[in-house]
Parts: sequence; structure tokens; C-alpha cells
Amino acid sequence: MSESLRNDGRVWVPKKKEDCGKKPGEIAEEDRDYYLERKYPSFGNLSPRDIASRAAKEVCDEGRGVGPGGRGVYLDFADAINRLGESAIRERYGNLFEMYARITNENPYKVPMRIYPAVHYTMGGLWVDYNLMSTIPGLHVIGEANFSDHGANRLGASALMQGLADGYFVLPYTVGNYLASAKLAKVTADHPEFKAAVDKVQAMTDKLLSIKGTRTVDSIHRELGNIMWEKCGMARNEKGLKEALELIPKLRDEFWNNVNVPGSGAELNQSLEKAGRVADFLDFAELMVTDALHREESCGGHFREEHQEEGEAKRDDEKFAYAAAWEYAGEGKAPILNKEPLVFDNVHLSTRSYK
Amino acid sequence: MSAGGLNLTLHVWRQSGPNKAGKIVDYPATNISPEMSFLEMLDTVNEGLITSGQEPIAFDHDCREGICGSCGVMINGAAHGPMKQTTACQLHMRTFNNGDEIWIEPWRAQAFPVIKDLVVDRGAFDRIIQAGGFISAPTGSPQDANSLPISKLDADEAMDAAACIGCGACVAACPNASASLFTAAKITHLGHLPQGQPERYRRALKMVTQMDLESFGGCTLFGECQEACPKGISIDTIVQMNRDYIVAAANEREEKAEMGAG
Ligand code: SF4
Ligand code: FES
Repeated sequence: MSESLRNDGRVWVPKKKEDCGKKPGEIAEEDRDYYLERKYPSFGNLSPRDIASRAAKEVCDEGRGVGPGGRGVYLDFADAINRLGESAIRERYGNLFEMYARITNENPYKVPMRIYPAVHYTMGGLWVDYNLMSTIPGLHVIGEANFSDHGANRLGASALMQGLADGYFVLPYTVGNYLASAKLAKVTADHPEFKAAVDKVQAMTDKLLSIKGTRTVDSIHRELGNIMWEKCGMARNEKGLKEALELIPKLRDEFWNNVNVPGSGAELNQSLEKAGRVADFLDFAELMVTDALHREESCGGHFREEHQEEGEAKRDDEKFAYAAAWEYAGEGKAPILNKEPLVFDNVHLSTRSYK
Repeated sequence: MSAGGLNLTLHVWRQSGPNKAGKIVDYPATNISPEMSFLEMLDTVNEGLITSGQEPIAFDHDCREGICGSCGVMINGAAHGPMKQTTACQLHMRTFNNGDEIWIEPWRAQAFPVIKDLVVDRGAFDRIIQAGGFISAPTGSPQDANSLPISKLDADEAMDAAACIGCGACVAACPNASASLFTAAKITHLGHLPQGQPERYRRALKMVTQMDLESFGGCTLFGECQEACPKGISIDTIVQMNRDYIVAAANEREEKAEMGAG
């Protein structure tokens, strides 16, 4: 569900494990743990998503999660509905409530929602300059695909904000300027680079279609997702990240030797499309883990368990006040780290506190 | 709330390519959790097909939360299935009963040729948008947020029309395979906002003209589109489209007449 719901909902779990199986209405007020309000009195249910996510995982890991599988916390609108009326809440979140009702078959106006953090998208993206152009001349990257506007934490609706800001305020000037000032020589399809690119794609397609092993693309995708979730998720540590760096290359081997991509390349083949994407994900996952291992600090969504103070993220601005831009060095080669320093002239780095 | 798994029989349209003959093929779907979405059910069946050396069923999907418009198939003869205002990705298997037979087919419309199995080419919609579904007001410099007041009524009507996700269910449900509801939603959305005013009538003219060039049928206000639309787009938008179109056509006649006289 969208995070905007936390504007009016209160997050809680039962204080006692024994209550987890009960209906939420049967749990008395004093037996509920509004843990975000308790831990972060000044921000409460509006604490940023990395904190709210970790806190949800924590209470569920303690065995106080609700719903089937125990991976859920309540997001309760009862107070907001009492205060503002059901129609005000419907006006604000009607579409989300409807979506929830479809998924769960429960009425969130009457019963608190059950939510749990999930991967949506990740911080970071392609490096771009101030004109939103990547390292490939003429290739502009906009919206959430680039790295520019989100640092260590994504806030609610930041993808929307970035799409609008890039599209409305930056690109009309920079793309126009590029097109007006760059000389675009005519290229034809018999350019050697063109042929090389076609050959490369053809070779990869042929390879993927020829393996015909025993694993489906989806099963490998799921396994990769699970490695990332466990070892490079809401909290990471050196040991887990190093394990991931062993597991991912093994899984990549398995993929390239034992994947089964049915069909041919002659017509639309969705398995082949997916296989190409999972091949990329395997390389990309390794890079994400490499970066997480390299960054010996905690910073927003990147929470290294070794680097915390009373359970909160502990940054190391001396060593890590830079954006890491990893450069592709070729197949099978370690990526090259480029550091783009973060310089603050007016607002100075300080430690955030939501308590 | 976890009931036992459902055992179903699927009758699925299989067609290997655009100009190939297609046919209905039967597949069992076993032990399907009622909590699954319709597309997750198809995923599960596909995993089984691939593992047993068969080709999976091709179907379109992307967001799986009812906002992108890429999913959409006929389920037991209804666009997006039996549940009102619900896309196929948001339809859950608890809607079905153990032992049910489910017929799954692609959108049937001349303007939406089948690419493979359940996947159709909705490029005709893109061409309608390209013909006029945009504004060309300069957006460069940030304006003061209050400089363009929009009444609540206009904002709501624009917003309701903007909910159209371009899925094509309206075309699939229409006995004439008309694209009027889709085109009208886009015209109404922009026509209610100040940014959309400069091109309002030209837009209607161009989009309707493009719609007529594609192989969609004409609108006879059956209203099936509105029933099938997962986003509740109302046929009132078609009234708005027709009104804007008539004004545009009249304007054009006047312009031509003036040019002739001048
Ligand atoms: S009007 Fe409704 S049915 Fe038609 S394309 Fe838009 S959302 Fe789909
Ligand atoms: S997959 Fe996006 S609307 Fe269904």
C-alpha cells in the first residue's frame, strides 16, 4: 500500500504475542503497542520509511506480527475516522482503501489494515550530470531512473516529484540545448558498431534459448530476490553481504548453465524477455552488494548493523560524504569506483533524530 | 481466512503469432490459493507448463495494481472478468469456486490484432493520443501555485476522466468495437483544465479523426463500455467529446469560409 496512508493511520501490534491470533477489535487499547509513537514521540507514525520499515520488521521478528505468516502490523484508521468522519477519509484515500479491500477481502474502514514493508524501488540510479545527461552523450536519463534527487532515503511520492521536476523544469532546457548545439552526424545500419551490437544481442539470445536446462527464469529470479532480501535488505552486515557475494555468482552460473527458456526467438517470447532482464539483475545485484559492503556507515535506507548508535543509523561523514558512481569496466571485471563528493554550503550535515 | 486450494479448468486462447490460426486449449489449474490474483494464477499455471516442456501462455501485465492498463483479457466473456471496476490483475481467485471452468480470451477487435495468445497490439490507442492527447503550453518556469485556480468541480471531472488507464476493455466490450469511451476520457480530462484550453477544440477534432481512421467501429451509445470499464469512466465523457467535436467542426468550417472570402 502507499505510504501516504501513514498520514492518518496509526501503526500498532499487540503487546503480547498471545494476542496475535485475536481479532484486532478484541485487543484492548492498553494491550496495543503503538510502537512508532512510543519510540519516536515527535514524528510517530510519520517517521521516515527506513525507520518505519525496520521497526515493523523488528516487531514481527519478535513474534508480534499479525495475520497469516505473522508478517504484518496494523495500520488503524479508527481514530482518524472518529475525528474526521468516514467521508473525509474516503476523500483522501478512497482508491487505496478500495485496492486494499480487493486484495484482502476486508473492509479497512471497519478493520485495521495489515501492512508489511516490501521492496518497491531502490535508491540510486544512472549517474547523470546537471543537464541530466548520462556518460553516453545524448542519452538523458530522467525520473527515478537517474540517481540525482534521492540520497540515502526515498520519501513518499519522490518518484512522482522527480518525474515532474525533471520533466517540467530541467529537460525542456537541457534536451533542447543539446539538440540545438550537438552535431548529429548521419549514421547508417552498416556502421561497424551497429553490427557489433546486433551480433552481441543475437549471440546472447541464441545462448539463452539453447541452454534448455531445468530451472525456470522465475525460479532463479525468486532465488535472487530472496538473497537480496535476506542479505542486502532493510538491515545489512558484513557477514551477510560477503555471503551474498558468494551466492550471487553461483546463482549466475546456475542461470547460464541450467535455465530453461522455452520457445524460439522468432515470435514474441515473454520468457526470453524475462531471461534477459534476470541476466541483468544478476549482475546488478552483485554491484548493489559490493556497494553496500564498501559503504562502512549507516545512512538512511542503507543500515549497516555494525554502524549504529542506540539502534539508529550512524553515518561517517569523514569517510563517506560522497555518492559512489560505479563504472562498468567490462564483463567479468570489477567495477571502478568514482566518488562524487557531497558538498554542503548552506545547510550543514547533522545527525537526524526523530525521537 | 485461508481456505483450501481451488481446482479449476482453464480454456485458454492459444495463438502462436499475428497471422496464425488460434484455438482454445484446456489446462487444469490445481491447488490455486483463493488469495491469489488472477495473474498469479496464470503465473502458477505457466510455471507448470514450462517445467513440463510446454510454452507458457503469453499475457500482458506490468504494475499489477490496477494503474497501468496493460493487463486485460476476456474472462468468461467479460472484459477483466466478473467483478465490477476491477482490472484482471486486481481480480482475486476467491471470486471463483472450486471446480469452475474459466474461459480466457484476448480482446476481440479488428483494431487490436492479436500478437500472441492473450496479448494484443493496442498501438491504435497510442496513435489517438499522438494525434492530440497532449498540451503544448510552455511549462518551463515554475509558476506560483495559486496563479491558476481550478474549481473543485472541474478538477474532479478532469481527475475522474484522467483515471482511464488505456486498457481497451471498453473496445472489447462494445458490440461495435468503438474506442469512444477511451478517446472521450482523454478529451474530457484535458478539456476541463486551463492548460488544455488553447487546443481544446483542435484536440477533439484530431483525436476523433484519428479514431475514425483506425479500424474501430462507430458509437451507438450501447453503454457496454461504461459497464466494463475498470476505472468507472462515464459515458457522459462521450457527450462532452461530441460537443467539443461539433464546435471544432463548426470552427473549421468558419475558418475555411473566411479564408475563401478573404
Ligand atoms: S475508458 Fe475505461 S475501459 Fe476504456 S481504456 Fe480507459 S480505463 Fe480502459
Ligand atoms: S497489470 Fe497494470 S493494470 Fe493490471
